[in-house]
Amino acid sequence: MSKPKVAFFDFTSCEGCQLNKLNFENDLLDMLKLVDIVEFREAMDDTADEYDIAFIEGSISSPTCVERIHDIRRRTKILVALGQCAVSGGINAMKNDQPSDWVREEVYGDDKYLFPSLPAMPVRAVVKVDYEVRGCPMSAPEYLHVLKSLVLGRKPEIFDHAVCVECKLKENECVLDKGMFCLGPVTRAGCDALCPSFGQYCTGCRGPVSNINKNGTIEMLKAHGFSVTEAMKRMKLFNTNDMEKSISWGNR
Amino acid sequence: MSRDLSINVHHITRVEGHGNIVVDMKNGVLNKAQLDIVEPPRFFEAMMKGRSYHEAAIITSRICGICSLGHQIASLKATEAALGLEISEQTKKLRKILVHGATFQSNVLHALFLAAPDFLNVGSVFPLVETHKEVVLAALRLKRLANDIGDIISGRAVHPITLVPGGFTRIPTEDELFDLKMKLVEQGLPDVNFAADVLKSLAGEIPVFERETEYISAHSEDEYALYDGDIVTSDTGIHPVEEYLNITNEFIVPHSSSKHAKFSRSSYLVGALARFNNNHALLHPPAKKVATALGLEAPNYNPYMNTVAQMVEVVHCIVDSIDLIDQLLEDGLKKEKPNQQPTRYGRGIALTEVPRGILFHDYTYNRQGIIEKANCIIPTGQNLANIDNDMRKLVPEIIDEGKEAITKKLEMLVRAYDPCISCSVHMLDVEFIE
Repeated sequence: MSKPKVAFFDFTSCEGCQLNKLNFENDLLDMLKLVDIVEFREAMDDTADEYDIAFIEGSISSPTCVERIHDIRRRTKILVALGQCAVSGGINAMKNDQPSDWVREEVYGDDKYLFPSLPAMPVRAVVKVDYEVRGCPMSAPEYLHVLKSLVLGRKPEIFDHAVCVECKLKENECVLDKGMFCLGPVTRAGCDALCPSFGQYCTGCRGPVSNINKNGTIEMLKAHGFSVTEAMKRMKLFNTNDMEKSISWGNR
Repeated sequence: MSRDLSINVHHITRVEGHGNIVVDMKNGVLNKAQLDIVEPPRFFEAMMKGRSYHEAAIITSRICGICSLGHQIASLKATEAALGLEISEQTKKLRKILVHGATFQSNVLHALFLAAPDFLNVGSVFPLVETHKEVVLAALRLKRLANDIGDIISGRAVHPITLVPGGFTRIPTEDELFDLKMKLVEQGLPDVNFAADVLKSLAGEIPVFERETEYISAHSEDEYALYDGDIVTSDTGIHPVEEYLNITNEFIVPHSSSKHAKFSRSSYLVGALARFNNNHALLHPPAKKVATALGLEAPNYNPYMNTVAQMVEVVHCIVDSIDLIDQLLEDGLKKEKPNQQPTRYGRGIALTEVPRGILFHDYTYNRQGIIEKANCIIPTGQNLANIDNDMRKLVPEIIDEGKEAITKKLEMLVRAYDPCISCSVHMLDVEFIE
């Protein structure tokens, strides 16, 4: 069997997910035995015409981005959105909450039309996405799982339970019980509850689970002295588009 | 001998973010030589408005994955200055070790993975796995070691977890720090010396080019300034951080979605070479030794030597991390809780050195601890005008070398600055309408 041709592309993002993927140095050379990296602008000069698997980092936020992602979709068999910017628009989408004309004018003044900008959209708003790796940054073990599954021709497992489950399995003291705010009860797992394990609250960087227990969540937040408004505001940090579908790809 | 030249490198490779090199020369007259920044704008400061001081560092970290630690440090220091939060000596030392880790991770990534392929005439690090396996393995071990620092002290290297205003959410154990120190001593130092030797053997591949410019960096009397300090410029000396706006003087140019900057001249340089030129006397002796071996002497006016200065800093960061861990272990690690009791609300300005140069964060908080105004000035943005100026001097000097050689030297020039384009177009100076 010939090795699958893999390519990496970056759109509007911090490129932290690309970096994260280079951060399991011990496995990097083994991985190169399984796949052919044919395009990866951040690390190499080569380009290719076709790919078996394309990994996309970043959100779609300019007319050029839209053209580029269509082009990549046409060339690839499988397309994977890598990290929260690609999956939901991520932190870039916070700007969608403000009128874009105003933001641009404030930054560039009379030159506001020099640099085109659209609301920050997830990749799936523009082209078909086959698989998603969530998180800000994406979790490196989860990315490895997806890559290995695809190389083996399997369908990767996708988590849809709350971070709380993983946190309890690690026997961490409950963050809310410590008196801190936490989005663990409503955030999708897969990160191994990394932030609570390091004494920090869950920031919701992997987006909400698909079926939030709304009443239970409201009750529990109230019992710990936090409001739903506060929770919504914090969840929007990485998930503005998911929390307010109406502004995801409107013309504000 | 041609006097016409047109170069258009679309999305230059092996740099962070999206930029194009454009050169246009007709009849020996250089009409254009510039780096176009085509990264989509991101509007971070606008997004900061209305967010609490707990969230500021979480948000600004996402300006850049590679510099996420640096953004968090500058952000926390600005917040602490604005809210009057004192931090402990232990917090300061742990942060300094993290800054060293982030600096040497990024410097290794740039010098050995992104820039080195140019010296060996290949298009990426991947062919080197076959031809120069020992170097690649040493480089990977160094990168892993730098990431270990981040993983152990801050939870993870990209978008660290444990750093909050006033301190840390988790203090590492003494055993963890001791293990880290042993790795730095037994593996880090030999690997970096080996990498420096390899770089020395390639020194002939570094293009010969000089253009003296203004060099701006942080400065401290006590140490090679990375975590903290005043501003120092090679033209005008020392300035307090509060004067940062007078020094950066940002302006818009049509070919870049990132703003440019200038101070005493039409451009200035920040980053490892500026730090080396301004503060070389405070480097640890092993780092000075490597600098001499690599032919780097202050002041150096060759921007391509920035890559060499980065390797010198890797040595310094490893040695200083070992020192800091020794001090922490000698004093004993205390289980401190972060100090999050604001004593005032107002404006706070902070600087820190990140791998690509001096970084400023400036926040204004209201009495609820909510951000009213935010400004971040990024090293790559400060370097852009200087890159354009270098290109305008370089192109006429090498015009007879042929288009391919010229293109390669221009790409190498841009890479030498190790630009971080996502950072630079985070978007600057947003004034909020109340």
